[in-house]
Amino acid sequence: MWLAYVALISLAVVYIFPFLINLATSFKTEPDAASDPLSLFPATWSSLAYGKLFLNSDFPLWFGNSVVVTVFVTCGRVFFDLLAGYALARIPFRGRSVIFAGVVAVMAVPGVVLLIPKFLVINQLGLYDSYAGMIIPLMADAAGVFIMKNFFESIPASVEEQARIDGAGTFRTFWSVVLPMSMPAVMTIVILSFQGSWNELSHFIIAAQSPELITLTKGVAQLSSGQLSAGTQYPLKLAAAAIMTIPVAIVFFIFQKRIMNSTAGALKE
Amino acid sequence: MRGNGTRRTGSRGNQTATTGWLFTAPVLIILGVFLVLPVVMAAWVSVSDWTGRGSPFAVGTQFVGAKNFEAIVSGGGLAERDFGTALRNNLYYVVLVVPLQTMVSLFLAVMVNGRMLKGRGFFRTAFYFPSVTSTVAITVLWLFLFNATGAVNKFLSLLGVTGPNWFQEPTGVFHLLAQAVGIGSPPPAMESGTLLGVSWWDWLSGPSAAMSAFILMAIFTTSGTFMLLFIAALQNLQGELEEAAMLDGASSWQRFWYVTLPMLRPTLFTVITLGLIGTWQIFDQIYTGTQGGPAKTTITPAYLSFSTAFNNQQWGQGAAIAFILFAIIIVFTVIQRVLLRERDSVPRRKRMNPKPSRGRAL
Repeated sequence: MWLAYVALISLAVVYIFPFLINLATSFKTEPDAASDPLSLFPATWSSLAYGKLFLNSDFPLWFGNSVVVTVFVTCGRVFFDLLAGYALARIPFRGRSVIFAGVVAVMAVPGVVLLIPKFLVINQLGLYDSYAGMIIPLMADAAGVFIMKNFFESIPASVEEQARIDGAGTFRTFWSVVLPMSMPAVMTIVILSFQGSWNELSHFIIAAQSPELITLTKGVAQLSSGQLSAGTQYPLKLAAAAIMTIPVAIVFFIFQKRIMNSTAGALKE
Repeated sequence: MRGNGTRRTGSRGNQTATTGWLFTAPVLIILGVFLVLPVVMAAWVSVSDWTGRGSPFAVGTQFVGAKNFEAIVSGGGLAERDFGTALRNNLYYVVLVVPLQTMVSLFLAVMVNGRMLKGRGFFRTAFYFPSVTSTVAITVLWLFLFNATGAVNKFLSLLGVTGPNWFQEPTGVFHLLAQAVGIGSPPPAMESGTLLGVSWWDWLSGPSAAMSAFILMAIFTTSGTFMLLFIAALQNLQGELEEAAMLDGASSWQRFWYVTLPMLRPTLFTVITLGLIGTWQIFDQIYTGTQGGPAKTTITPAYLSFSTAFNNQQWGQGAAIAFILFAIIIVFTVIQRVLLRERDSVPRRKRMNPKPSRGRAL
C-alpha cells in the first residue's frame, strides 16, 4: 500500500511542480530566473514583472477584453443552449429529430478545420475586427445543447403539468419551473462556457486584428512568440501566464466537485 | 411553421411547433451561419483562386478545379514538401500522444479509484488541474521549463544527463538514435525516394526535441480529463466479477487485465477517439510556442493551413489543407472504430472475461 502512496505522491509532484515554478519565477529577477530555474524561492523577491505588466503594457486592456468577451459568450451560450436543449427534450414539434441530428453532426466538425471558413463568413458579414465577430460565433455550442437535452429528459414531466394547468406558457414554465430545478446542470454549462471562452485562442486570431481587441490568450501568445518583446523576459511572460490562470483556478477550486463530475465538454488538446 | 392556417384558429400543434422553432432558433442560426455556411464557403475557396480581397463569390474569382489540392499533394514544390513535413510531424505526435495519454490516464484513474485511499480528492485535483488551464499559459510555461538552461535540463543534469536544446534542435529522435549506433547518413535509396516531397529517410526521423516537448505537454494537459472519464467508468462497474476472480485466485494484475479492462472497452473507445480527433488538431501550442520551428519540425497541418492562408495569402491552398485534415480525422476515427469492433468479436479463451454486449450484435 505504501508503494502506491509513494507513486501517487511523486506523480502529484510532477503535475503540481510546473505551476509552482511558474509562480516562483514570476517573482524572480531575470538573471535569477535564468541561473536557477528549478528553485521555488526567488533569491530576491521582485514584483517587477507584475508592475511592468500592469503599468507599462497593454496587459490590462487584454484582461478587460477577455472579461468582456467571456461574460457575453457565457451568458449567451448558457441561455441559448438551455432554450434549445429544453425544446429538443420537451417540446414535441415536427423537425425536432432533424434538428437534433444536425446538432450531433455539427459536434463532429473539428474546430481547427474551420479557421479559414469562419474568417470568410465573419468577414462577409462585416463582423471582422469587432466585439460582435469575437462574441456571436461562440454563443452557441452543440455539445452544451446535447448535455442540456439529456438533463431535461431526466426531469419527470409531471412537474410541468401544474404550471401548464395554471395557464403558464412554454417559456414561463421553462423559466420558473424547470430552470430552478436544473441549477446543477446549468452550473455545469456555465463553468464549461466560462472555461472555454476564457481559454479560447484560435477564434480570436481569425476574428480580429486591432490592438484594442486583443484578448489575454492572444496577447500572451504574441508576447511569448517574441513579436512584442525583446529578449527572453521569462518572469514577465510567466507572470502573465499566472494571472491568466487565476480566474479559471478560482472557478475550478470553488466548483471542484461539480467540475470533477461533469467532464463531457471540457476536453482540450 | 408548417401549414398556413391563421394564428387564431391554429391548432395547438401549430403553436408548439412555433415555440419549438423559436427556442431552437438562436442555436440553429449561430451554428448554421458560423459552422455550416463556413464549410460551404471554404469548399468553394479550396477550388478557386481567391486572393483574399473582397468576396470569394465576386466576379473576379475563378474556378480552378483541383489545382490547390494538386499543389499540396503532387506539386513538387515547397507547398507539397511543407504539407508532407506537417503530416510527418503530426503523425509522430498522434502515434505517441494517443497511446501514452490513454495509458497514463487509465493508470491515474486506477490509482486514485481505491476506496481505501486517503487524500483521493487531493490527487484527483492535482492530476486534473492542468486540464483546466489555458493552452497558451501552459505553452509559455513549457517554453521556460524546456529552454536550453531551463528547469528540465537542470534536473536532467542532476541525473548526469545532458539535455538537448529542446526548442532549437531540429534533429529527429530516431535519427539521433541511428547516429548513436553509427548510422550517420541515410542509405542512398532512402534519400532519393520521396513521399509528398519528403524523403523516406526524413519520414523516419522521429519527432524533433521540440515536438517531443509538445508531446509531453499534451500528456500533461489531457491525462486529467481522460482520467475522470475512466474514474466514472470504474465506478459504474460492479465489484462482483472482480470478487469472483479474486476467489478464483487471480492476481491483481490478472484481475485488471482480464476482468476490469474488457469492461472498460466503451470508455477506452471514447478516450482513443477523442484523443485521435484532438491530436490531429494541434494548433494553439504551435502558434504560441514555436510557429513551426525549428526547421519546420513542429509545423502541423492545422498550423500550416492557417499560415498558408493568413500569412501567405494562399487561401485556396489553406482551405484545401483544412479539407484534407478534415478527411484524415474522419478516416482515423472510422479505422479506429472498425479495429475495435473486430477485437470485440474475437472469442476469448478466458471464461471469466465478460462479453461486452455491444460487440456481439455488430
